Amino acid sequence: MENQITQFGYVLIFMVIGVSFVGIGFLTSWLLRPDRPNDEKLSSYECGEEVVGSSWVQFNIRFYVVALIFILFDVEVVFLFPWATVFKEFGTYGFLTGLFFLGVLIVGMLYEWRKGDLEWVRPHPVIPSLEPKQIKARQLREEKPVTEPDPAAAE
Amino acid sequence: MHDLVLKTLGIGDLLAWLGVPDGSLVYPVVASVFPLVFLIIFALLAVYAERKVSALIQNRLGPMETGPWGLFQTTADILKLIQKEDITPKAADKILFFVAPVLVFTGTYASLAAFPWSSGFVGADLNVGIFYLLAISSLVVAGLLMAGWGSNNKWSLYGAVRSTAQIVSYEIPAGLAVLTAIVTTGTLSMNGIIRHQEGMWFGLLFQSPFLFVAFIIYLIASLAEVNRTPFDLPEAESELVGGYHTEYSGMKFAMFFLAEYGNMFIVSGIAVAVFMGGWLTPWGTEPSVLMGVVWMILKSLFFVFFQMWLRWTLPRFRVDQLMYLCWKVLIPIAFACLIGQAAVEVYL
Repeated sequence: MENQITQFGYVLIFMVIGVSFVGIGFLTSWLLRPDRPNDEKLSSYECGEEVVGSSWVQFNIRFYVVALIFILFDVEVVFLFPWATVFKEFGTYGFLTGLFFLGVLIVGMLYEWRKGDLEWVRPHPVIPSLEPKQIKARQLREEKPVTEPDPAAAE
Repeated sequence: MHDLVLKTLGIGDLLAWLGVPDGSLVYPVVASVFPLVFLIIFALLAVYAERKVSALIQNRLGPMETGPWGLFQTTADILKLIQKEDITPKAADKILFFVAPVLVFTGTYASLAAFPWSSGFVGADLNVGIFYLLAISSLVVAGLLMAGWGSNNKWSLYGAVRSTAQIVSYEIPAGLAVLTAIVTTGTLSMNGIIRHQEGMWFGLLFQSPFLFVAFIIYLIASLAEVNRTPFDLPEAESELVGGYHTEYSGMKFAMFFLAEYGNMFIVSGIAVAVFMGGWLTPWGTEPSVLMGVVWMILKSLFFVFFQMWLRWTLPRFRVDQLMYLCWKVLIPIAFACLIGQAAVEVYL
């Protein structure tokens, strides 16, 4: 049972099988399921409320920053894979070159940390408190009924 | 791999008897379907197990009505899902909405191609195996983002963007943790990594403190990569309805679910293969091919159970805590482990 497929050929076979399985699944359900669409059913789900606008809106910029930092780090990690497999053959030299490469990466990370790019927006809790002025005003309000002129005394 | 599967199960003889010529493409294709059969059976049992585990942890009985001890509950669910009407919202981007589940499932199944079931029993024994596994699992991210954007639903978009940010962030500590093990093994091939662990009790895990810490980091990061509690923010039911699959129904939803459980198994399998000796016995000898499959699956199932156990034990993280843990705790520790292990390899 010899054939000419390379190992990546098998990967392709797996992908094709994956896609076909999903296709067969969809086909089976298409044959069995009912199909009775109406306007209400096809509207976007918003917990039963009327849909307000589109959801294709501007998004929190933090997510894009995370994506950018991820790309930098991921590319660096990719470069480290070949290093990790062979550095032992070069002894101290191999170790130090890897260390230098990692050092540049770590300096970049410290810079991002210092700049606050790794901070996520956090809600600032508002703790209710009373200013001294407000306390005084409240005391005045509470004392007011006492200071009201007594009708009996006015007579 | 195909030779072994076909020989063991006698299907090769059956195909030859049917007149399929030697060297035909039919043999590898038929053999490559077996992981799919395993994946489906695994998902059926894992969903059942998840319900039972959650029930026992919460002092309930769980599903009891469908079949003995509710064993056929998941089968009944699948039958129900196949008959469900398929709804594509009017506002959705039809193409992205359709392609997303296909991409997510294909990404999951393609990772099974390099999954080391046993010695000489790997779908595609790539010389860059572990690298391929880490890379192909990122395909899921694209699928989730498509699902979220294509649905044109606020919950879906929030879920998808959160999920993307989380998965890509935790890919870095996961990659660095695996790299720590690669530094020791000196090869990227899955079977090469496992063979390197021959003669070690529990594989690389207890070989050095750096590897042990790296293993813990990988475990945490893999939980985040498959969106499991305590990192299930993308699907947080109490705030996001269902996350990226809010708008999905019927078979498309089933595909997302199947891929999710498949990914649980795959990340557990990677953890086992890289740090715990894969298909080797726990005491580090090489078992027969079939026993290797049994060991590999048993070890992986233990970590699948571990994930379920955590899900019903821990509460959910907040987004800022999630990012803090990844960037300011896990990544620095992972860097330290990598450098430490490299120093150990060179100087000890």
